[in-house]
Amino acid sequence: MGEYVTDAVVDITDVVCPITFVKVKVALEELKSGQILAVRMKDGEPVQNVPRSVKDEGHKVLKLLSNEDGTYTLIVKKEEGEH
Amino acid sequence: MGFSNEQLERYSRHIILKEIGVKGQKKLLDARVLIIGAGGLGAPAAMYLAAAGVGTIGIVDGDVVELSNLQRQIIHTTADVGKAKVQSAKETIETMNPDITVHTYQTYVHSQNILELIKDYDFIIDGTDNFPAKFLINDACVMAKKPFSHAGILQFQGQLMTYVPGEGPCYRCIFRDPPPENAVPSCKEAGVIGVMGGVIGSLQAMEAVKYIVGVGELLTGCMLTYDALKMKFRKVELPEHVPDCPVCGEHPTITQLIDYEQKSCRILSEGKN
Repeated sequence: MGEYVTDAVVDITDVVCPITFVKVKVALEELKSGQILAVRMKDGEPVQNVPRSVKDEGHKVLKLLSNEDGTYTLIVKKEEGEH
Repeated sequence: MGFSNEQLERYSRHIILKEIGVKGQKKLLDARVLIIGAGGLGAPAAMYLAAAGVGTIGIVDGDVVELSNLQRQIIHTTADVGKAKVQSAKETIETMNPDITVHTYQTYVHSQNILELIKDYDFIIDGTDNFPAKFLINDACVMAKKPFSHAGILQFQGQLMTYVPGEGPCYRCIFRDPPPENAVPSCKEAGVIGVMGGVIGSLQAMEAVKYIVGVGELLTGCMLTYDALKMKFRKVELPEHVPDCPVCGEHPTITQLIDYEQKSCRILSEGKN
């Protein structure tokens, strides 16, 4: 994950919408504000929807990295305050 | 964390809501709601709360299922006719969602049992069909400081309001005493459109969910009325504070629960004459 030091990793390549985002929410819930989550996901629907949903919840999307194997890793910074 | 993969999937449409999320769903699973009356209102309320994952649901009803109930009491089926309503409701809930613990109380509420019944619950749903029970539930909830949802349905009309201690008027602030006997027909005599229980009972479940999760605005200080024939909803603002309310006012005169037994009252007064 290159330059990012992550506090937790969640793999959502084995689930489909909406469980993808549900698993990301559960993982974020366990972090403190400011901590970094790496989310490994498949191309297509997850890449289109999960980053947007994460932003809608008030968190910060830092980067979407290609793993060169058909999967991507989304780097998210937890921002507390929205709820 | 405490959520199984199955629970994450079952409640996924809740968890993805910003207003609910993981925390809100946990609150629902930890919540305890008592439904008084497993009839037209209580049936849909119980079913939606069960589906929503309200972890403990209590149901109070002394009746058995009758064929004439099935036009609106959707928690019961034809095969349940003759069975205690609380038992029939429990079986439906358990098939809907194994996460739910159901407590059944096969009795009617009265002044001697209601405080004990509501004691361990976070929110009460009044799904009863008569004024003595509605006043009793109100008075008991005011005295025990329990939030509750009042509702009533008749013919093509429905109404509901929510009481939260210290946050608005109670049912008795608005309606001082039960109406004289026979002034208002019961739905047995006057009929009720089956869907009405679904509309109003579902709104009661919605109020319970919002109260538990702690989101949005409740129907505290408001009566919502629904006229199905005119297709009109009205949100009637109620007085914020009624200082002379006999039960929640500044100098309450009702300090004991009352069993309004209208029929026996009449017999008593006839005896006096």
